[in-house]
Order: sequence, then structure tokens, then C-alpha cells
Amino acid sequence: MIRIKDLSKDWKEFTLKNINIEIKKGEYFVILGPTGAGKTLLLETIAGFYFPDSGEISIEGHDVTDLPPERRRIGFIYQDYSLFPHLNVEQNIEFGLKLKKTPDTKRLNELMDWLKISHLAHRYPATLSGGEQQKVAIARAIAIEPTILLLDEPLSALDLRTRDYLREELKRVRAEFGITMVHVTHDQTEAMVLADRIAVMMNGQIQQVGTPYEIFNKPLNEEIADFVGVENILHGVVQDNENGIAKIEVDTGANIFAVSDYHAGEVRVFLRPEDIILSVSRGDSSAKNVMSGRITELQDMGPVTRVKLDTLLVALITKQSRESLELRIGMVVYTTFKATSVHVVRI
Amino acid sequence: MKILLGRSGIAKLKRERIFILFLLLGLFLIAFICITLGNMFYKQAEDISGLIDAATDPVVLMAIWISMSAAICSTLIAFFFGVPLAYFLARKDFVGKSIIESIVDVPLVVPHIVAGIALYGVFMRYGVFNAPFEKLGITFVDAFPGIVVAMLFVSLPFLVDAAREGFKEVDPRLENVARSLGASQWRTFIKITFPLAASSIFSGATLCWARGISEFAAVMIIAPFPRSASILIGDRFTSYGLAGLPGIAGARPISVLLISICLVIFVVLRVIGKRKRG
Repeated sequence: MIRIKDLSKDWKEFTLKNINIEIKKGEYFVILGPTGAGKTLLLETIAGFYFPDSGEISIEGHDVTDLPPERRRIGFIYQDYSLFPHLNVEQNIEFGLKLKKTPDTKRLNELMDWLKISHLAHRYPATLSGGEQQKVAIARAIAIEPTILLLDEPLSALDLRTRDYLREELKRVRAEFGITMVHVTHDQTEAMVLADRIAVMMNGQIQQVGTPYEIFNKPLNEEIADFVGVENILHGVVQDNENGIAKIEVDTGANIFAVSDYHAGEVRVFLRPEDIILSVSRGDSSAKNVMSGRITELQDMGPVTRVKLDTLLVALITKQSRESLELRIGMVVYTTFKATSVHVVRI
Repeated sequence: MKILLGRSGIAKLKRERIFILFLLLGLFLIAFICITLGNMFYKQAEDISGLIDAATDPVVLMAIWISMSAAICSTLIAFFFGVPLAYFLARKDFVGKSIIESIVDVPLVVPHIVAGIALYGVFMRYGVFNAPFEKLGITFVDAFPGIVVAMLFVSLPFLVDAAREGFKEVDPRLENVARSLGASQWRTFIKITFPLAASSIFSGATLCWARGISEFAAVMIIAPFPRSASILIGDRFTSYGLAGLPGIAGARPISVLLISICLVIFVVLRVIGKRKRG
């Protein structure tokens, strides 16, 4: 378990402000945040490359705040792989192994086999593709049998296919070795696919910690909601509440029903664009929220289309349903969404 | 023109106009170096026996040996103290860093005759640096160590600057990773940082060494004896008649011999350096 307590650090233009996190043993923990949020600095401070101005870091109950990185047994993987350019693949992976008192010589070959990089053993980093380099970096990091693996945007420099592939490799690493993974990214999909839990970090602070479902559907504030792709953020006032369903009048004048305990007051209403269903006729859905609107914009995004409506709602629908509904700009459609899909926070 | 190059050839020349112009301008400098030295070699070629005399003259050989070995000593000293300084400057930011960096480069702007006088002031009999060394039986004025310190002073910026730039090019994240893999700071430096900066340090050391050999003025002030090569050359030049043709004739054979040896070593070191870079 990693416990970070009241950690603060100023370094160049980055800051960490009073960070408190507990990461469970064996957990896949993702720190999600925009560029410049201080994510890398946090990771490097956990690794011991930087020392905090104040606060504590403990691993498995031991205070490591003042320990140098070489005594923390933490694997570290950077976005740009950071392989030693003057050493070949085998020597790179061996680097940490050789420093152990009782080097396990079999482990090198086992690891290379396991990650399917044995054929690269004598190649130099400069001759490898990005994906190959990152696999070598993973092998090198887990060779020392770390209890924790810190990954700084490990997939961000890779092309889409390689990224998908390596994402599975990372899952495999966790499953096989039971290492606690702390993975920093700005990529929501990556966070959603990999994480047991996510911490959203902005401006040097941890804003919210929760399961992917909580983060993406129940963001604590507008900033988080905006960052995690909640495209429908509306301002409204709660009118009344019946059996845990709040009726909210939003600024456009429409009423939205949401599962909420609030009975009154100003609120923000969050609704993910993919939770909205579009139809050409009203139909008889059991969903609480049905309203009509005129399409103002259609954005083709490949597999999905973003539909903007004059009700200020934004919906994401598949290419297939766009075609079957024959959507055009100016057309009137019905937007349907469940009261459980609507997340409400008080302001 | 059109027939000679063809249409695409002319188009290509037009696209590369700026580079062609720059190349022509740059060639003036290359020609300046080559003609100056080439002329000396060419003239000497008419007097092979003079060259053989010089190459077999124990005084000349001794002078060349003194220059080379003193330059090696000064380079080693510059390496021992300069590499740590360079690494420190490459990795740490602090108030007054640019002052330290400027101090390192001061020997480049100080006229070397002035450097020689300044060195004389601290390494002469009652100079501040002389005292501790004297107890060890080392003196500087008119002695081999004097040549070494003169060379060190004028050539150390080449090594320190090159090493600093070399260290800067080593991504600190590589060091971070090495540390995370269990390497101490020392080990990380020896196994990762130094090897990756080695080619820059090596070429800096080569320049440092070559600059040391070529030093005349500072050596002239503090240690004209024992005669090192550039002192001997200067000596021959003046004693055979000031700046006239006889002077050239007297100094040229040794000059040709010295730069031949230096050029061979310089080329060999360059090749080794390139190979190291892979």
C-alpha cells in the first residue's frame, strides 16, 4: 500500500498542493489530469527523484519520504521509454538485475520470452519501434521485482494499435506479478479501461478519487465534469422532489428529472452525451426525460457522430443510428435520457 | 549550363541557392587554413634534409616531447577537476551560475601574455600557489610544472565547456530510471551519465590537449625553460633574424615536424571519438 499524506512540493512551474492518496496493494491506480497538472512531478516524488517540501510518503507501512530512489524498489516507466542508448536490449534489462546481491540470471530470459522480445536481445534502442522500446522498458522495470510500478504517460507516444496492444500487456503485467500500478495519463479511455480507481488531478491538487464509473458519471464539480467528457453541463434550480427524483428547471426553461436528494437550490446538472438517445418520434419510453429539439450541428467523428441541438444538449450516437434515423441539420428529434443518468451537484 | 545540368539540375541548383552561396563563402575559411599550412609544407618539401635534421636533433625531439607530455598532464588535471565541475554546472541551477560559467571562460578572453604574467605572480618563488608545492619539492618557474600550469590555464575552458554541453545532452530521466533500478548516484554517473557524455568529453579533452601544445606566450613568461616546442620554434624564428626569411627557414622544419605529429594524433583521436559515438 502506498500512503501519501499532506504532500506539497514546488518545482519550477509545477506545484503539488496538499496531496492525500491511499493506493491499495495490487491496485491499478490511474492519475488522470490535463497537461501541466503536476502528475509527473507527483509520480517522480513517489519514486524519490524529488523530495517533498512537506508531507510523507509511506510504502507498505514504511516511511520512505527520505529514502533515495535506489532503495525504494519502485519501477519507473517514462513516456519516451528512456532506454539507455549505449546498451543493447539485454544489457538494458540486466542493468537492475546485476545490481542485486543474488542476480537471478534466468529471469532475464523468462522476461524477454514473456514479453516476446527475445529476438531483440542484441539490438540497440535506436533501432527499435516505439512499442518495442516500451516493452523493453517494462521488462527492465519489472526485472527488479518491484512492489510498485510507476508509469508516466506510458502509451501516449504510441500509435493507436500499439497502444491497444500495450494496454493489454500492462493488464497482463498486473495480473501476472500482482504489482501495484500507478499510471499517469491525460487520456480518459486509457483511464477507463485500465483503472480500478482513478484520481483526477488538476492544478496540483487531487480533485476526486473514485471508481471509473464514479469519475465519469458522478464528477464532483464542473471542472472535473468538463475534463472527463461530460459535455452537457447545465445550470438549474431544483423545483421539488418526489420520491428521490428532483425536478430541475434548467436555464433553457426545460425541466429535467434527476435522481437526487436535493429539494431546492441552485445546481449544476451533468449528463454524458452518450447517455442521450435520439429518436424521430416520441415513442413510449419509460425514461423520465423526453424533450424535443432541433438539430443545429452534426459532427462526424468516425465511428460516432456528435449531434448538437437547439436545446443546448449534445448527444453522441453511433454512425449506424445516425444513418437509420437519417439525421439532418434543422430536423426535429426527441432526446430521451434516464433520471439515473443525470448527475446533480449543488453550487 | 542547361545542356550540362539538364532542366531538373538547374531547378535543383535554384532550390539550393542559399546553400550554394553559403558554401562558397565558407570555402574561403577552409582555403585560408589549407593554403596557410599547405604553403609551409610545400616550402619545406624543397628542403627535406632540413626536416630530417630537425627530426634527428635531440634538442628538437626533447622540446616536442616536453610539449606533448606537459599538455597531457594539463589535460589530465583539467579532466580530474573539470569533469565534476562540468557535471555540476550541467545539472544544478543556482544563483550566480552564469558567473561561474563566465569565470571558466575567462582564460579564453585574457591575452595569453597577461595570463602568463598573472601565473608568474602566483607561481613564482613567493607566490601564493608556490608555497604549498615547494614543500613537496615542486617549483614552477623555469620548470616542467610551470609549463603544465600555463597550458592548464589557457586550455581548461575547452574541456569544461565541452563536458558541460555533453552532460546537458544526457536526459536526466535516464539517470532517474537508473536510480529506480537500484543504482546509486555514483554508479549511475559511472555507468550511464559518463559513458553517454564521453564523446563530448573526449573531443573537449582533445581540444584542451591541442590548445595546450600550441601555447606560447604564457609558457614564455613562466617557464621558457626547459624548452618546449613552441618556445623553441619562437626562439629559432627570432634568433635567425627577426621576422625575415631566414627566421622562417630556421623555425619552419620544427614547425612542420610539430604540426605533422599533432595532426596525426588529432586525426587518430577524431577517428576514435567518432567510432565511440557509433
